[in-house]
Amino acid sequence: MSTLATNWPRYQLPRSLLGFLGLIAIAVICSLFADISVITRTPWHEFQQMLLGASTPALPPPALLAQAVLQTLAFAVVAVTLSAVAGFILSLMFAHRAVRIFCAVIRAVHELFWGLLVILLLGFHPLTGILAIAIPFSGIFAKVFAEIQEEARQTSPGNSLKQADSFSNFLYARWPLVKPHFSTYTLYRLECGLRSSTILGFIGLPTLGFYLESGFMQGDYSLVAGLLLLLYLLIGSIRYWAKLPLLPIYAVIASLYLWQPLSIEWSLLGNLLVDLTPAPIKQSSLDFLPWLLAIGRQEVLPGVINTLLISQIALAASGILALIFFPLVSQQFTPYWLRLTGHLLLVILRSTPELIIAFILLLLWGPSMLPAIAALAIHNGAIVGHLVGRYSNDIKLRRDAGRGFNRYSYEILPRVYRQFLAFLCYRWEVIIRESAILGLLGVHTLGFYIDNAFESFRLDVAILLIAITALMNIAVDSFSRWFRHRLHLQSSATARTPC
Amino acid sequence: MPLTNISRWILYAVLLLACLPAQARIFTFTAIPDVDETRLIERFTQVAEYLSQQLAIEVRYLPVKSYPAAVTAFRNNQVQLAWFGGLTGVQARRLLPGSKAIAQGEEDQYFKSYFIAHSSTGLTLAEQLPAGIKGMTFSFGSKSSTSGRLMPEFYLRQQFQQTPEQLFSRVGFSGNHSRTIALVQSGAYQLGAVNYKAWEQQLRDGSINPNRVSVIWTTPAYPDYQWTVRGDVDAEWGQGFTEQLTRALLAMKDPALLDAFPRSAFVSASNADYTAILETAKAIGLID
Repeated sequence: MSTLATNWPRYQLPRSLLGFLGLIAIAVICSLFADISVITRTPWHEFQQMLLGASTPALPPPALLAQAVLQTLAFAVVAVTLSAVAGFILSLMFAHRAVRIFCAVIRAVHELFWGLLVILLLGFHPLTGILAIAIPFSGIFAKVFAEIQEEARQTSPGNSLKQADSFSNFLYARWPLVKPHFSTYTLYRLECGLRSSTILGFIGLPTLGFYLESGFMQGDYSLVAGLLLLLYLLIGSIRYWAKLPLLPIYAVIASLYLWQPLSIEWSLLGNLLVDLTPAPIKQSSLDFLPWLLAIGRQEVLPGVINTLLISQIALAASGILALIFFPLVSQQFTPYWLRLTGHLLLVILRSTPELIIAFILLLLWGPSMLPAIAALAIHNGAIVGHLVGRYSNDIKLRRDAGRGFNRYSYEILPRVYRQFLAFLCYRWEVIIRESAILGLLGVHTLGFYIDNAFESFRLDVAILLIAITALMNIAVDSFSRWFRHRLHLQSSATARTPC
Repeated sequence: MPLTNISRWILYAVLLLACLPAQARIFTFTAIPDVDETRLIERFTQVAEYLSQQLAIEVRYLPVKSYPAAVTAFRNNQVQLAWFGGLTGVQARRLLPGSKAIAQGEEDQYFKSYFIAHSSTGLTLAEQLPAGIKGMTFSFGSKSSTSGRLMPEFYLRQQFQQTPEQLFSRVGFSGNHSRTIALVQSGAYQLGAVNYKAWEQQLRDGSINPNRVSVIWTTPAYPDYQWTVRGDVDAEWGQGFTEQLTRALLAMKDPALLDAFPRSAFVSASNADYTAILETAKAIGLID
C-alpha cells in the first residue's frame, strides 16, 4: 500500500508558474491595504481639450526645436556610450559584493534626483545631463553585462581552455559569445537614454522635455501632442539610425556639440558638504537620535509602506498587461501590417511620460493610489510586452503547430515564460524607483518625501531617504537574484533591463 | 609601473581642471516658472535686451524649470539676479547671505490666493472657509509656491488648527496653478488653492467654466514675487551696480516687457518686506 502511494504520480505546478502566481497573490493582498478609490465627476471638458490638442499638434519655434532635439539626442548618446563602457568595467568585478552593492545604490536613484544632485555642483552645464543619465545607467549596464557573462561562463568553450590566462580566456572564449548580447542590449539602452534625457527637461535641461513639461503644465495640449509625436518618431526609428559601431562616432560628435568650458567652483563642494551634514550635527545639538526617529516615523515608514504597496500591485499588473501586449508585436501571431500598429501602440504606451498618463487617469478616477499603479503598470507592461514579443520571434515552430489561442497557450507562452519572469524581475527595481515621481497624486511614496526634501533644501534628509531607497533596491535585487536562480531562469540574449 | 603612470595622468587632469581660468561672467538672470511658461523664453529674452541697453553690459536670461533649480542657480552664481516667488526668495537669501530683494511688482505688495471648489461641493464665495471642507480632497500647486502652497496652508492651519493632511482626506501637489484649476474643474480634486493672477488670466482666456469651478474664499493680502540680486555683484560689475540695476528695473514701463511677469509696474522692495513670509515658512516647517 505504502509503496504504491509513494510511486503514485503526483501533479506538481511548475515552479515558475508558482512564482508568478505568488507575485499576483502578494499584489492581491497588497491591494487590500492600498488606498484605492474611483470618483469620476466632470473630466470631459479636459478630455475634449486633450483630443482637440491631439488633432492639432504644434511644435515650438524651429530654432528652439532643433536645439531641443539635438540636445536630447546628444545627452542620450554620450551618456549611454559612457555608461556602457563604465558598466562593462564594473561587470568584470561583479563577483565582489561591494561592487554589486555600489551598482545597486547608484541605480536606485531616479535620474531626476541624480540631476538635482549634480546641478548643485555643476549647475546647468551639459555634464549635468550626461552624468544624471550615465551614473544610474552604469549601474544597470554592470548588472546586465554581468548576468550575460555569467550565462556565457556556463556554456563557454573557455571551460576547456583552463590553462590559458584569464585575459586570453576572456578574449577568445567568452567575448565572441557575449558580444552580440552586449550590442543588442546597448542599443535597447539607447531607447531608455532618449526617454531619460527627455525627462531631464523637466528640471530645466534644454531637451524636449523642457517644452513638453511647459506645454503640459499650461494645458497647451497641441504642443504636448506635437512633442510626443516627435518623441515617438525618435524612439521608433532608433533601429534605422543606431548601429553599435556608429555609437562611439555619434558620441564624439555629440560631445563636440555639447562641449562647454567647465569651471568648477570648489566653494560649491564645500556648500554641498555642509548641506549634506545632518541638521542636528550642524547646529551642534545632541538631538541626532530624535531627529532620525522623527524622520523615520513621519517619512521613512509611510514612504516605504506606500512604495511597497504601489510597486507590488503595479508589478503584477505589468506582468498581466505584458502577457496581453506581447502577441501584438510577435511574428508568431500577428501579420506584418497589424504588427506595425502593435509596435506603434507599445511605443506610445512605453514612451509617454508616466506623469502624463497618471494625470489623465487622475482626471478620470480622482486621487488615490490607483492612477499611480495604473500608470506604472501601463508603462512597464508595454516595455515587458515589447521585449517578450521580440524574444518570441526567435522561436521556430513546427509547421503543424496550433493557431490562435492554442498556439498562445501551448506553444509560445511556455517557451517565453521564464524569459518573461526574468524581464519582470528586472522591472521590479525600476517600478520602485519610478514611483518617486507621482507626487501629483498625493501619494506619499519615498520619492514624494525625497522631492519634498529637495524642495525645502534639506539635502541631509534627501540623502537619508535616498539611502533608504537604495537599501530597498539592494533587498529587491538580492531577492530577485535568489528568485531567478531558484527558477533557473536564463538571462540570455534578450534578457534586458529596464529603463 | 603602469598604474603610477595612470594615477599621474589623473592627477594632471585634475590639476588642469582646477586651473582652468574662470571665464568673464555674463550678467545672467532667471525667473521661476509660474504663469504662462510656454512663451517664457521669448518674453524674458526681451527683458534681457532691455536690461542690456539700460546697463550697457551683456545680459542673458537662463530658463529654469523647477523652483529648487532656480534657487540653486542663484546660489551657485550661475545667475546673479532672479525673479523669485515669496518663499523661493526667502530660501535663496537664507542660503546666500548678503543677497538683497530690490524690487517687487506693484501687485506683489498685496498678493492673494483664491480657494476654489468644484460645483459638486455646493460651496460658494464666502467670508470664511466653511467647516464643511473637512474630509474633502484638496490640491495645492507646486510644493514651493507661495501663492499655491505656503500662504493657503498657513491660513488653513490658522483657521482649523490642523495640518492639511489631517484636515483633508487627500492632499495633492498638482505642480502649478493651471494644473490645479484643471484638476478641480474636472472634479478630480474637490478643492484647490491658486495664485489669483493665474486664475484671472485663465478666466479671461475662457479656459475656466464658471459652472464647474468657482472661487469660494480669498486669502488676506501678503507680499509675494520680487527681484533678488546677489550681494557680490558690485564687486564684479563695479561700485553702484546694484543701484543702477534697481533703477533699471523700476524704470521698466513698456507693457510688452511687464507682461512677461505679468505686472503693471515695479516698486522698490527690501528683505524686511518678506519677514512675514519667512516666519510663515518656519511655522509650517518648510524652513528650519
